[in-house]
Amino acid sequence: MAAASPSPALPAVAAPAARWRRGLADPAVGIWLAALGVTLLGWAVVAVRGGEFLTQPNITGILQNCVALGLIALGQTMVILTGSLDLSVAYLASLGTLVAAETMAGSDGNMVPAVVAVLALCAGVGLANGLIVTRLKVNAFIATLGVALILRGWIEDNYTGPAGDVSRSFQRLGYDRIGPVPVSVFLLVGVALALWFVLRRTRLGHHMYATGGDEHAARLSGVRTERTVLVAHVLCALCVGIAALFLAARFGAGSPWAGTEARYDLESIAAVVLGGTLLAGGRGGVVGTLGGVTVLAVLDSVFNQLAVDPFFKNVLRGVVIIAAVAVYARGRRSAGRSR
Amino acid sequence: MTATTATPIQARVRRGTALTRALGSALPVCALLVLLLAALAVTDAGFYEPDRFLAFVRRAAPLLLLAAGQYLVIVSGHFDLSVGAVVTTGVVAAAEIYHSFPGAHWLVVTVVLVAAGALVGLVNGLVTTGLGVPSFITTLGMMLILEGGVFYWTGGSPTGYLPDDFRALGRQDAFGWLPWAVLVCVAVGAGVWWLTRSSWGRTLMATGDSERAAELSGVATARVRTVAFVLSGAAAALAAVLVGGFSGVSAQAGSGMEFEAITAVVLGGVLLGGGRGSVLGAMAGAFALTALFTLLNLRGVSGALEPTVQGVIVIAAVALGAADLSRRRRRSPAPPAPPPAAPAGEGPTHPSTGGPTS
Repeated sequence: MAAASPSPALPAVAAPAARWRRGLADPAVGIWLAALGVTLLGWAVVAVRGGEFLTQPNITGILQNCVALGLIALGQTMVILTGSLDLSVAYLASLGTLVAAETMAGSDGNMVPAVVAVLALCAGVGLANGLIVTRLKVNAFIATLGVALILRGWIEDNYTGPAGDVSRSFQRLGYDRIGPVPVSVFLLVGVALALWFVLRRTRLGHHMYATGGDEHAARLSGVRTERTVLVAHVLCALCVGIAALFLAARFGAGSPWAGTEARYDLESIAAVVLGGTLLAGGRGGVVGTLGGVTVLAVLDSVFNQLAVDPFFKNVLRGVVIIAAVAVYARGRRSAGRSR
Repeated sequence: MTATTATPIQARVRRGTALTRALGSALPVCALLVLLLAALAVTDAGFYEPDRFLAFVRRAAPLLLLAAGQYLVIVSGHFDLSVGAVVTTGVVAAAEIYHSFPGAHWLVVTVVLVAAGALVGLVNGLVTTGLGVPSFITTLGMMLILEGGVFYWTGGSPTGYLPDDFRALGRQDAFGWLPWAVLVCVAVGAGVWWLTRSSWGRTLMATGDSERAAELSGVATARVRTVAFVLSGAAAALAAVLVGGFSGVSAQAGSGMEFEAITAVVLGGVLLGGGRGSVLGAMAGAFALTALFTLLNLRGVSGALEPTVQGVIVIAAVALGAADLSRRRRRSPAPPAPPPAAPAGEGPTHPSTGGPTS
């Protein structure tokens, strides 16, 4: 009874006019406008230099680059919204590719067991993260950092290089495309839709926002906050598992560096925050995160086209992330002093 | 009105429990440290021979400095993820300075590095407090900028050398037996401890505990926090001098150190989110972490499995500390009562401030 009462109240808060006005100030809208702007800017700069930016291979490349980071960032969105954090995603992605490739061992018949094994592994790790955070009351930062160390030790002790073999037909997940759109993008969109539905249309989603917004108030209004955080961690880890399956299909083998080389732990958090989700939790969503991932991927592609030094690229990326978040913070401050 | 009547009472209560609380939050890490040092003695009989033990302390020194700086930032309610990159940048920059000015005096180079570290901290602090960017993102961006910048500057592989007089701080002994690094650590530790006792330290603690309450009682929270970031950056640069002296020039000099420092601080009983914990606990945490690494090494734990053991112990130690804390909180239900009252009073102001602007 008590748990059900907050959920119907939430969607009906805003009147149509206010909702429209708030829609324009919504960071999720802003980040997609920024993505559009960056694309146009990239197109203009590359065109001035006599290149073509919006070519079909380039678009495919950008979309392809979105998938792995996008899936992980979507998972990260769930935990961050709930007021938690997951720093173990990079090593979990690496381990996922290794488990997938080794279970498959090159044969198509093992595809289903491999998918099940990876998802089970990830669900287990997510459960462990969630239990350490909720039951042992360890700060999420330290808890997931500790789990990351545990996974890292496990990986480094058992693998020294690429291992396993991904079956031919599974690799099609990484390479097939329909027109200019890689099939893996549909996977990303599917996961995004599912998570959007969970967040906006189910009781669990409302509980996540409530827990992230003010855990104490949520608990007092009857939300089982511990269970909510636990579920968020499991969902996040499952997203990482799906990303790992995609990465395995892409590489054709399991790689101990699949997740860490691209720094998915910190990059995914950057993408989530770039998408307007509050790092403290309670505000934000899936749409913004996808926008954040798109901006990062488009920027990367522009830098590549302009042959920017890869090290200098990092400098620029750092500046862009800080600047973007500063713009949001400014908007929020002028809208009302809420931190 | 309410602030003026509340302050003296609060101050008296705080003074009464300050010592016990400082010890209380650092108690688990002290127990862990004693345990680890005992285990080290059992594993290796010669470990407590003066020169070997001092060598161990010297190895722990950079992390101790980072933990002391990180403590100030964490206790004010923020993170500093850029310290590892500051260490790397510091080491590489020192080599580049000596490449351009071979005759530079070591003290000058050290002072330049520390000033540069403080400048990085100043930027972190100003962006965080002035532009309202979460410190996690600010310092993460700074980390990307510094690491990218160093590799861009050196073309991917830093070269050069550090002369002996510069490296003395990291690997030589004062009076023939006491490592300079130990002296630096003691000096910095004492300095930070003194700072936390000062009125600045108290406002820092109050800011981390409740920013709004501190602001309402007249604390310039932005300035206090910015100073914390500056000190953290300077401490990281000083750590870079020690690391450079100890192990020479490397592009990996500080990689991962930011997480080690944060782990050490949290291990020391300092609350992530701010407002609670002591610098002695934080430095004890750094010491314990180094002792743990050394123990794992001596025990012959496969180098690859080392992170796993480290992860398990860190989670377990912090969980134990958290268990203590929650029990203590439950026993005294009085303190948590005021916070719900504050948001209730704050609540109505939100729509009213939001109304006129929109």
